[in-house]
Amino acid sequence: MPDLGKYVVEVLSAYALTLLLLAGLVVISWARSRRMKRALEAAEARRANG
Amino acid sequence: MSIWEYANPLKFMGWTAPLVPVLSVLAAVALSVGLIWGYFFTPDDYRMGASVKIIYIHVPSAMMAINAWAMMLVASLIWIVRRHHVSALAAKAAAPIGMVMTVIALITGAIWGQPMWGTWWAWDPRLTSFLILFLFYIGYMAMWAAIENPDTAADLTSVLCLVGSVFAILSRYAVNFWNQGLHQGASLSMDAEENVADVFWVPLLVAIAGFVLLFVALVLVRTRTEIRARRLHAIVARERMG
Amino acid sequence: MIRLLLRDIVLAVRAGGGFGLGLAFFLIVTVLVPFGVGPEADLLSRIAPGILWVGALLSCLLSLDRIFQLDFEDGTLDLLATAPIPMEGVVAVKALAHWLTTGLPLVLAAPVFGVLLNLPGPGYVWLVASLALGTPALSMIGAFGAALTVGLKRGGLLLSLLVLPLYVPTLIYGTEVARRGAEGLDLGAPIALLAGITLAALALLPFAAAAAIRVNLR
Repeated sequence: MPDLGKYVVEVLSAYALTLLLLAGLVVISWARSRRMKRALEAAEARRANG
Repeated sequence: MSIWEYANPLKFMGWTAPLVPVLSVLAAVALSVGLIWGYFFTPDDYRMGASVKIIYIHVPSAMMAINAWAMMLVASLIWIVRRHHVSALAAKAAAPIGMVMTVIALITGAIWGQPMWGTWWAWDPRLTSFLILFLFYIGYMAMWAAIENPDTAADLTSVLCLVGSVFAILSRYAVNFWNQGLHQGASLSMDAEENVADVFWVPLLVAIAGFVLLFVALVLVRTRTEIRARRLHAIVARERMG
Repeated sequence: MIRLLLRDIVLAVRAGGGFGLGLAFFLIVTVLVPFGVGPEADLLSRIAPGILWVGALLSCLLSLDRIFQLDFEDGTLDLLATAPIPMEGVVAVKALAHWLTTGLPLVLAAPVFGVLLNLPGPGYVWLVASLALGTPALSMIGAFGAALTVGLKRGGLLLSLLVLPLYVPTLIYGTEVARRGAEGLDLGAPIALLAGITLAALALLPFAAAAAIRVNLR
């Protein structure tokens, strides 16, 4: 681990918050993409059958 | 065959499908390399100490915050001129990403400003401009959320984006006029005097590339979601009719 | 178009039109600030230009949704759209009517409220001048925001959210003129920039607002 000197809190919190926000964005986008894909496939199947 | 062929929703779904995983992997690799390199393998700055490591997230996120808005502006213009639905949906998809980038830039800036300037928040021109940019993102997203008819929403948000861009630039200069700042000059400008040293510069470029790739991948994923949502909406509407 | 202007003014002044509400709101904001920051004359006279500008801006915001909403609901706007005058002209006239019924009273009342806040002597002229120059821009930008949100059921809150960031440059240059005037400094640059913003808003925003209204009437 690199020695962060007296800026340990600052650097770590900046990285942690950034990664948290980015991860949140990715997860939300991905989850919504999956959900929409499934819903659309279900709707298309309904249309094909009925 | 013109370039606009690629903007047809079906074609768009076709050619972006294989692109998303590739871009996602590239983004993950570039981000990991840039941030790990920056975090573990760069020396401390003689003035700023280890706090200089924040630069690898602060500068790229700030750049993407502005570039995302620029992309929304271009997409809005394309929608207004050529009325490609994918374009309007891409602008809608980019807004939340740009907003998160703005938040990251603001938060890391505040965390960095604490030890450097002795305060979390200063009404420094660049900080203030980013706060205003954040407000613009919120307004833009609220506008999309408020209107039910998708074409009306696309039209109105495009107009808002155009006017908002002009006012965002005006605000930038007004804020500069209002208060001279604490910020250091542009750290990536091409004039060698002000450039940060190469040791910091190379990992920073990798991190920036990572943020750009992440942005593009996310925009594609979210645009595809929006296209599917639109199609689903149409199917459900037809089922109700029949 | 003159008819339209007169009609809008009459409707605004008539009971229930909201005329005077803006002024009353401006007064209340001005009265509340000393309660918030304390009664010291020095402090008040230092922040007076800014408070008066922010107060005027908020009062302007109050009556924005009335510019198009009522006409949209009872169908007048549809008639105006088919009338032989361009929508850009309708928007400009409505913004002018809004300014005459909201902005102008604020400009005239501001010196009186300045007394309440210990505004320094030389500041009065420049406060009035900066408001007179800046409030037309506030009305025009507001008319654009109102045009964007006219089709929405509860557009009021969204309207404020959209319009307030757009007010930033006008507010900055406006208060700068008033502040420098109060302190007796050189104010050529901010006053030129303020005038520039107002003129640009008046020249360009009617087109954007008219486009938004056409979309909403579709």
